[in-house]
Amino acid sequence: MGSLTLKQFHAPLLEPIDLHLRAGECQTLSGPSGSGKTRLLRALADLDPAQGEVSLNNQERSTFSAPQWRSKVGLLLAESGWWLERVGDHFKQPQAELFERLELPSDAINWEVSRLSSGERQRLSLIRLLSNQPQVLLLDEATANLDQANTAKVEALIADWREQHQVAVLWVTHDPQQRKRVSDHSWLIESGRLRKAP
Amino acid sequence: MNLILLTPLDLAIAATLVVALALISLRLSLGIEGKLLIAALRTVIQLSLLGLVLKFLFVQSHPLLISALAMFMLFVAGYEVMARQQRRFSGIWGFGVGTLSMFISSFSVTILALTVIIQAEPWYSVQYLIPLLGMMLGNTMSGIAIALDNLTQNAWQRRQEIEARLILGHSWDQAIRDIRRNALRSGLIPIINAMAAAGIVSLPGMMTGQILAGTPPMEASKYQILIMLLIAAGTGFGATAAVWIGAKRLFDDRERLRLDRLGKKRA
Repeated sequence: MGSLTLKQFHAPLLEPIDLHLRAGECQTLSGPSGSGKTRLLRALADLDPAQGEVSLNNQERSTFSAPQWRSKVGLLLAESGWWLERVGDHFKQPQAELFERLELPSDAINWEVSRLSSGERQRLSLIRLLSNQPQVLLLDEATANLDQANTAKVEALIADWREQHQVAVLWVTHDPQQRKRVSDHSWLIESGRLRKAP
Repeated sequence: MNLILLTPLDLAIAATLVVALALISLRLSLGIEGKLLIAALRTVIQLSLLGLVLKFLFVQSHPLLISALAMFMLFVAGYEVMARQQRRFSGIWGFGVGTLSMFISSFSVTILALTVIIQAEPWYSVQYLIPLLGMMLGNTMSGIAIALDNLTQNAWQRRQEIEARLILGHSWDQAIRDIRRNALRSGLIPIINAMAAAGIVSLPGMMTGQILAGTPPMEASKYQILIMLLIAAGTGFGATAAVWIGAKRLFDDRERLRLDRLGKKRA
């Protein structure tokens, strides 16, 4: 369970942001390429420096160590990184249920990373992130490399997951349809400002 | 033990060989004669100057003068390490990481050798200190340069992997561990190869010099063994320090990967 609160949070390219994501709530963020969406998510995950306050369940970020914060505020980047040869070596405890939900065979953990397609990479990196039990999810184009059927499965999985675990989700997406399907609130970035989407 | 003294004429004969080589280069249009002659000239000037400085220091062996020369050698070596980096740390760190590591390793190993092993009297006597320190610096310099270059290049190229680990809650230390280990290995391989080949493939320069100067071969061997072992240890400690400091510098206090602390890539 996790809520995320931003107070005058100042990420690169953007004006300071005040934002609150309740536990179990999903908000989306859209905007032109290069408007600072990814950089905002990176700053929230504490991968890039930023000014201002952000807290998890009303606990300020500075009270967490950086690794603690990042494992609780889970970031899914559009391009996933893999540092070992075998997929399974990147997981703490691979959950068979998650593989099933995204229609990946259970022996996918034995696959070689170098032979994964971009869609497989994307789904596996989502499973890897969820296995880490984050309390907040920051998703950057989580379905960019997926076809319609797989996109639907990922959306359903994330919806169920936030329901079950009451995680807050901030989802960067280009797709206006997806925005409507998955979120309670949508934001558009316009000249450095967050504006409510119609 | 009679040392045959070399006259300027002797050196001139050797020099004509290099000039002849330059003429061949010119004739075959290799385009390298200019560089060759300048490099040869530098050798003559630099080594003559070194000889003069050492001659002066042998007479005037004031500790302050000796340490001034030692620091000068350290800074030149530090500059050389920096110049060999394709992506160097920006600011003072570019020069600092390598120089500090060489200071830690070369100086401590040299001082240990002088005080405990060789037991020169006084321990800072120029005849032992300067050649020893020179050999240490020259060799640790290459090891550190290779290791640091490997570290920064790989951190740059494997950014995605490092950040993927950070995102999943790994500490900076875990996230850079593999890259750091590889960097250190790359820095140590040359000296390991040199030790393995010593005496079989190559006759080390210092031993050659001592034999020419009339030292009994077995004594020269012992000195060479000592030097090789000291160099290996010095290079190892120096590269370890450099890679450790460098890896730490790649992350900030919130364990973020800060590649912006590296400068632009150089050819």
